Amino acid sequence: MKYLISSWNYLNDRLGLTQMVKPLFGHLVPSNATWWYVFGTATLFSFLVQIVTGITLATVYIPSTGQAYESLQFITNQAAFGRVLRGIHNWGAYAMIFFVGVHMMRVFLTAAYKFPREMSWLTGTFLFLLTVTMGFSGQILRWDQNAIWSLVVGAEQAGRTPLIGDLLAQFILGGRTFGGATLSRWFSLHMLWLPAGIFALLGIHLYLVIRNGISEPPEAGRPVDPKTYRSWYENLLQKKGVPFFPNAAWRDVVFSTAVIVGIVVVAVLVGPPALGKPPDPTIIEANPRPDWYLLWYFAALALIPPGIENYFIIGAPLLAGIVLIALPFVANKGERHPRRRPWAIGAVIIIVVMVGTLWYEGARSPWSPDFTAKPLPQSVIGASSGPVYQGAQVFHDKGCEYCHTISGYGGERGPNLSDAGNLLSRDEMISRILNGATNMPPFAGNISPQELDDLVTFLQTRKIK
Amino acid sequence: MKLNPLAPNEEAEHQESGSGEFTFHGISRRQFLTVLSFSLGGIAAALVSVPIIGFLISPLLDKPKEVWRPVGRADDFRVGTTSQVSFQDPSPLPWAGVTSRTAAWLRRDSQEQFTAFSVNCTHLGCPVRWLPDATLFMCPCHGGVYDQSGNVVAGPPPKPLVHYPVRVRNGEVEVRTSPLPITT
Repeated sequence: MKYLISSWNYLNDRLGLTQMVKPLFGHLVPSNATWWYVFGTATLFSFLVQIVTGITLATVYIPSTGQAYESLQFITNQAAFGRVLRGIHNWGAYAMIFFVGVHMMRVFLTAAYKFPREMSWLTGTFLFLLTVTMGFSGQILRWDQNAIWSLVVGAEQAGRTPLIGDLLAQFILGGRTFGGATLSRWFSLHMLWLPAGIFALLGIHLYLVIRNGISEPPEAGRPVDPKTYRSWYENLLQKKGVPFFPNAAWRDVVFSTAVIVGIVVVAVLVGPPALGKPPDPTIIEANPRPDWYLLWYFAALALIPPGIENYFIIGAPLLAGIVLIALPFVANKGERHPRRRPWAIGAVIIIVVMVGTLWYEGARSPWSPDFTAKPLPQSVIGASSGPVYQGAQVFHDKGCEYCHTISGYGGERGPNLSDAGNLLSRDEMISRILNGATNMPPFAGNISPQELDDLVTFLQTRKIK
Repeated sequence: MKLNPLAPNEEAEHQESGSGEFTFHGISRRQFLTVLSFSLGGIAAALVSVPIIGFLISPLLDKPKEVWRPVGRADDFRVGTTSQVSFQDPSPLPWAGVTSRTAAWLRRDSQEQFTAFSVNCTHLGCPVRWLPDATLFMCPCHGGVYDQSGNVVAGPPPKPLVHYPVRVRNGEVEVRTSPLPITT
């Protein structure tokens, strides 16, 4: 025991451990910090989980376009703990992205970005951007069919940038088409460049917590005045502050532990996302879609009018970035409590409702034709021969059913035709089929008079009493 | 005891700023050493940066040669039909694996005439599918539709499907490899 103590004293003297750690753990924080303050550490701990699982996965994963898929199959199906490890890395990523969003929303709602914490918000904004990029690049490293087509979609979007679009697209692909150079580029980005950036910004982000202190819980009628805030805050700490550890930190520990336990449990129960088909560009039965955190943006791209698309693809993320960066500089003083900042609550509600709706739509993807639509069953057609039956076959064979639903069968890209017979006359139907519409191809020349006649006869029988 | 050796030495500072430090043409020793340190640092950084940046952007600069790749016997394609063909990239890296393959839609317009379409939708690059009965190309992502000549007939695509150069040599259909079409 005596020996242990003297060794500790030796090390502590030479390394300056207490001197270094004490201000980190012992710094005073407002005593009334609550459960609202745990989301930042939850993000941090999710990130730590990502680091250790990522490093471990990298011991087996092969970043070669020809072999990555097989190494992933080996990790998932054969390696001891491989499935769980991939699962933790996946759900840890989801947790990190989720909590970075919640953390950001909390900081915005309580205006913790105001003086003197503008730089915390700024570094946080870039950390958010890096986190999402980590997520996307991680999805690429999953190197299945969905990954390569997501990359094409990403390159096409980057391609819409004025002037340098082509170069950006090539940078994303590692050349003019995807090939051997593509994956190792994303591997390096995901494993080294982005984490290096996150470490750097995270260092500043955490240092600023020590330098400026955590924001005290807001109170209505107590605005931030940059002239007096610092001394007021210092005074608050001296009078009512408590040491960060353990008086405030225990909540962070409890919550982060719950998060990590949750990640592991879900990883064991649900496992990692299934690998899709191999990354072979000649297998074109593909329907690429992003992971959930970008699904709402995918939906937005499907729903905006094509005319403004070029401006939207580049302009919308740019505008969002400018707003986020400008926020703490435009509004760095004044009221912090959400009750005195109704516009802030409004903004959050609008964003949540908008993203939520787009999300829901993205998950349903009604704009995607349903290529799996089976021919209508006889019970729906109501005939086993004759023009009505023939028309139903035309309805399937000509691809109408990929976009139009009848009695629960078919895609949702176009209007539901279950009651088309109630709505359109024979002539109106013929005109629509031959001429098409904005989102419907004209079938003139692609359909024989007999087929058209049968099809319309069939559609006229689609009535709801 | 001084804990931090990097902290400015106040005594020395006082001495220097006090009575005349050595200067040469109005440049003090301290100014000279500052400029020298930053310059040397800059030179070292630049030296290392050149190969790094060059390495990273080189795939963007070299234009891969475009080569003709056989995709099948001309006799195997019936006039008026569209079928999927595939070919190898011009100079695939040894570890590229299946990723170095490219798909295309090949249409035989007439006895002599073939048209090869890129499978990439001009909207966001998803692979379009050919519906033989409807004689339409349809994109699974956002429902873009093209007719058999590749012209947009419905949905969001801004441009017709991109054509690959195609020719017939000794009864063999050949497609010229091209970059992935990026709509700008």
